[in-house]
Amino acid sequence: MRNPTTLVVAVLVAAVTVPAGHVVAQEFVPAIVFDMGGKFDKSFNEAAYAGAERFKKETAIAYREFEVTNEAQREQALRNMARRGSQVVVGIGFSQASGMERVAREFPNLKFAIVDAVVDLPNVQSIVFKEHEGSFLVGMAAAMASKTGKIGFVGGMDIPLIRRFALGYEEGAKYVNAKIEIYRNMTGTTPAAWNDPTRGGELARSQFDRGADVIYAAAGATGLGVLQAAKDKGRLAIGVDSNQNHIHPGSVLTSMIKRVDLAVYEAFKAARDGTWKAGVRSLGVAEGGVGFSLDQHNRGLITAEMEKRLQQARADIVAGKIKVTDYMAGK
Amino acid sequence: MSETALLIALLAAATARGAAPLVLAALGGLFAERSGIVDIGLEGKMLAAAFGAAATAAVTGSAWAGLGAGVAASVLVSLVHGFACITHNGNQVVSGMALNITLSGLTAALGYAWFHEGGQTPLLGPGARFAPIELPGAAALAGVPGVGTAYREVVSGHNLLVYFAAAIVPVAAWIVYRTRFGLRLRAVGESPDAVDTAGISVSVTRYRALVMSGVLCGVSGAYLSIAHHASFIRDMSAGKGYLALAALIFGQWRPVPTLGACLLFAFADALQARLQGTPLPLLGVVPVQLIQAIPYILTVCLLAGFVGRAVAPRAIGIPYLKER
Repeated sequence: MRNPTTLVVAVLVAAVTVPAGHVVAQEFVPAIVFDMGGKFDKSFNEAAYAGAERFKKETAIAYREFEVTNEAQREQALRNMARRGSQVVVGIGFSQASGMERVAREFPNLKFAIVDAVVDLPNVQSIVFKEHEGSFLVGMAAAMASKTGKIGFVGGMDIPLIRRFALGYEEGAKYVNAKIEIYRNMTGTTPAAWNDPTRGGELARSQFDRGADVIYAAAGATGLGVLQAAKDKGRLAIGVDSNQNHIHPGSVLTSMIKRVDLAVYEAFKAARDGTWKAGVRSLGVAEGGVGFSLDQHNRGLITAEMEKRLQQARADIVAGKIKVTDYMAGK
Repeated sequence: MSETALLIALLAAATARGAAPLVLAALGGLFAERSGIVDIGLEGKMLAAAFGAAATAAVTGSAWAGLGAGVAASVLVSLVHGFACITHNGNQVVSGMALNITLSGLTAALGYAWFHEGGQTPLLGPGARFAPIELPGAAALAGVPGVGTAYREVVSGHNLLVYFAAAIVPVAAWIVYRTRFGLRLRAVGESPDAVDTAGISVSVTRYRALVMSGVLCGVSGAYLSIAHHASFIRDMSAGKGYLALAALIFGQWRPVPTLGACLLFAFADALQARLQGTPLPLLGVVPVQLIQAIPYILTVCLLAGFVGRAVAPRAIGIPYLKER
């Protein structure tokens, strides 16, 4: 049987012998570990995938990847990437935090980055987004597009992060219409809630039936069911993380874009260029980390008046004139 | 009145949508289990069918071709189960679980290889799915209070497979209790030796039961991917196969009580979706976690209080070994 400590030592020796700041391009192999939902969830993980692909395209450097399909695999996958000598390992999703904390301690000379969680170690970069700011903007869009004065929210797993989306959304909607009625549903309390589109569709229908005409889905692949339900019912939905406008053109009002792609791309690039820094990076509207999407697929749904107000609100958030409550900071 | 009536009507409609896949799978399980074969592989069959249906519908653009492929995939899985359990006298629970695990991985792997969308199939257009059907008279009756609402919201506006699920319950009951095949099916599950003595092949009867199970699970799986949703997503059955099995046991292996159990599960689920975040009289807003536990609490209470001892078919789980 192979002794794991020998491997660790070997990796450490290898890391020391490569001169710092002068990483030979051929030897640089970044790694990414996707979360449950899979890299083609058309949402969160897919955004991360897009960032990794962009890096590969621009630099012609291949990366290692792993798609987690059950909870036990996360830590294994991270450790595996580190053992195989990836100089930077990016973990996607808050649920990788505990695994990353352990693995990052075991490999203090390697660089780690985590999206959506904070791991306080000297070799980990934590990238978090101010989802409440982006959600505020799409909440405004929802309230402006709603004719019934009722809108909905379908979250994935019931965790503080998703409640942050919900709260920002509600504040944005109330900013436009103080009397608006908002329905809120969570899909479940386990990670399976990210991957249950039939349930997402059913929750969306329950909200549409009660009169909602715009629903914001912050639920990974479960959100696809929400988008489908909106299309089937002839109502509107709001996508999340990736730009989902193209999935059902004409029935996706807009998408709350979270630039996970940018985060992954920059983590890879900074590690290669030697400009990588540990610590927390918090990306909000001002940093271009979150926002709403506007393209040919939803051009007809966002009127000039709506766009003007949204742009104004975006500027106000950047200038600090609008303060969006952060659910996770409020605790 | 209209507000409450509409709410009840919408709840009933959601219950029907949620119950359809459960009813189909549970009745499939009923045929298998009544013949003496434990059918824990309902989940796997549903997944196989959901994938087969979505993949075929995506390629051909036809919902009917998708349904056919889904049923074929499910029957194939059912026959594999039969081959292991009937021909080779294998352990039925092990075989069923093995199929569930295999299909969970295999569908995703095939989807990955064929469509390059990470185990999903492409989203289906309108022609490739079973769309909701507006029944004749829904518009005409709309003006009639009560009846009009009920008809429009509850009876009309489902997709074809929901109506199929509703129609199959009496048909299944008729097959099980009124036909020669049904008699042999029940006999083979209770006392295979007697059936064998009468000169009827136990294996053939059990294989036929598994084919029935395959067909019904096939429709159930197709419902998930090409009627309710519009693509296959990894593990999209999300435990519905096990829930159907629970409903079958709950319904004491009889068609109509099984339907009742499925409706109950679906109703609890529809109810919890609507109760989240809604203030209740006397209680105010109840935490989401409690609301989400309603279906399970309800099940435990009913099982403990109202349902008598569930008596399984006597020969269930025991491979039939002919004396030589």
